[in-house]
Amino acid sequence: MKKTIAHIYALGDQAITIEWSASISEEANNQVMHSFHFLQLHPIEGVTDIIPAYCSLTLIYNSTIIRKQAMGGSPFEWLKKKLASLAVAPRETIQNTVPLIIPVCYDLSLAPDLVEATQLTGCSIEELIALHTSEIYTVYMLGFLPGFAYMASVNKKIQMPRKANPRKLVAAGSIGIAGEQTGIYPLEAPGGWQLIGQTPLKIFDISKEEPCLFKPGNKVKFEAISLEQFHQFNAA
Amino acid sequence: MSITIIKAGLFTTVQDVGRKGFQHLGINPNGAMDALAMQIANVLIQNKSDEAVIEFFYPAPVIRFNASGFIALSGADFGATINEIPIPINHPIFVPENAVLSFTKKISGHIAYLAIQGGLELNEWMNSYSTNTRAGAGGVEGRVLIKDDEIHFKATALQENKQSQLQVLPWMADTKGLYQSQSLRYLPGNEFSQLNTFSQQFMTNAQFTILADSDRMGYRLKGPVLKCKKQMELISSGVTNGTIQLLPNGQCIVLLADHQTSGGYPRIGHIIQSDIPTLVQQSPGSIIRLIPVNMETAEKINNRQAQYLQQLKNACTLQLNAYHRH
Repeated sequence: MKKTIAHIYALGDQAITIEWSASISEEANNQVMHSFHFLQLHPIEGVTDIIPAYCSLTLIYNSTIIRKQAMGGSPFEWLKKKLASLAVAPRETIQNTVPLIIPVCYDLSLAPDLVEATQLTGCSIEELIALHTSEIYTVYMLGFLPGFAYMASVNKKIQMPRKANPRKLVAAGSIGIAGEQTGIYPLEAPGGWQLIGQTPLKIFDISKEEPCLFKPGNKVKFEAISLEQFHQFNAA
Repeated sequence: MSITIIKAGLFTTVQDVGRKGFQHLGINPNGAMDALAMQIANVLIQNKSDEAVIEFFYPAPVIRFNASGFIALSGADFGATINEIPIPINHPIFVPENAVLSFTKKISGHIAYLAIQGGLELNEWMNSYSTNTRAGAGGVEGRVLIKDDEIHFKATALQENKQSQLQVLPWMADTKGLYQSQSLRYLPGNEFSQLNTFSQQFMTNAQFTILADSDRMGYRLKGPVLKCKKQMELISSGVTNGTIQLLPNGQCIVLLADHQTSGGYPRIGHIIQSDIPTLVQQSPGSIIRLIPVNMETAEKINNRQAQYLQQLKNACTLQLNAYHRH
């Protein structure tokens, strides 16, 4: 396996980042996920958040608590040393988990950019749906909104740029494409992704103990449903 | 034991130290913009330093106390009065039943905090009382406080001490050494070296104005246009409170309490955590300067601030205990 040398840097005086690569790669993301899961299982006292991204992992920390562990020394230097061993440890490939099946209705009434998407990609609506539902996507990271999962990679034939003028309001549950990424808006929010469908599932639900449907590292597959099924889903 | 909001104010919310441990799900931390003032207000009346408080801007809310209690105000000075009698910030204050807390004018600072002894009686969401207005969760129904909201507060043994007069207790928190004038110290960010030479110099020599469209997500700065040596496409990665991002138009935004958990703009610097209180207390239109420091200095300043809070806590405990023995 190719050895990746990680770059560890300060993100201010209360956060530290380990970066494995400057570009998106499966291998770098495997290292991100391994380190993320490792740190969740073996938490460092004083580290309050562990945020995975495509090819980096950021730790937010309470410098007062870390300073105690560092016996009064520099909290940053102490954490950097601790993470250096983590960053170079050999990593095996992550086993594929069973994908979450997400029902999506691609009816034009719920897919405001689907017609434009056919013009941008040269694919027919049927081809576009077939290509979007055939892939198993990986949740590389969550961000932008609570529960918003960045998934990749979308088939090259249906990759398209963001909208030049973002919408002021995108409906919750909308499925979008931006470049090689696809994602679902968990909440009604402004947004610039090309909207090609909508899921009846609640992606983010504050009444649940675990409000977010997706976690970093999840596998996801979309399944086309009819408008009738979409409405039945909401009625149930 | 409750308070009632008589007038809402501009953006009045319940906040604490913030929602920690869920940023990997995209759930942003929220929490008090000026975490120092929030803690000082709590410590003055012997609350836990991370107890939930009410954060507000000017125009400030008008609040009625349906029961008596001890309170403290910290952060901005909006000319507070109880039943039209002026009261100081950074002092413990005994407020009698049915008293009305209102504010007269913006004297200094931008964001104020009200702590009530015992803390607010609310439900936590994801381990925090902080209001996440985007998710519609935390605080009071996940929203800003509105007229007629009633918030209960918890009883404490000290409130047994029955009196009917407004009283300003004589000890205070001296916060002068904690806030900077208008010079904010920053650590250069990972992409600082990508700035061209002029821009690197501009960053430390120039003046920046805080723009009117600044909010709890971030303060927008207007200064010289900063440019990178070459066009940069960054892959989204973690950002945090105090991160200075360079936007495509060459202007900067400093991310604050309601920031997103990741971002793809160059991170040219990070305001040191001890100076975030100073930054957030600047009103739109204020002019600031940025001064680079190294990690050693930043950590030394943080440590000093943490020690100050601990000393204040110890002193207030002694004073309050002595007061109640009388």
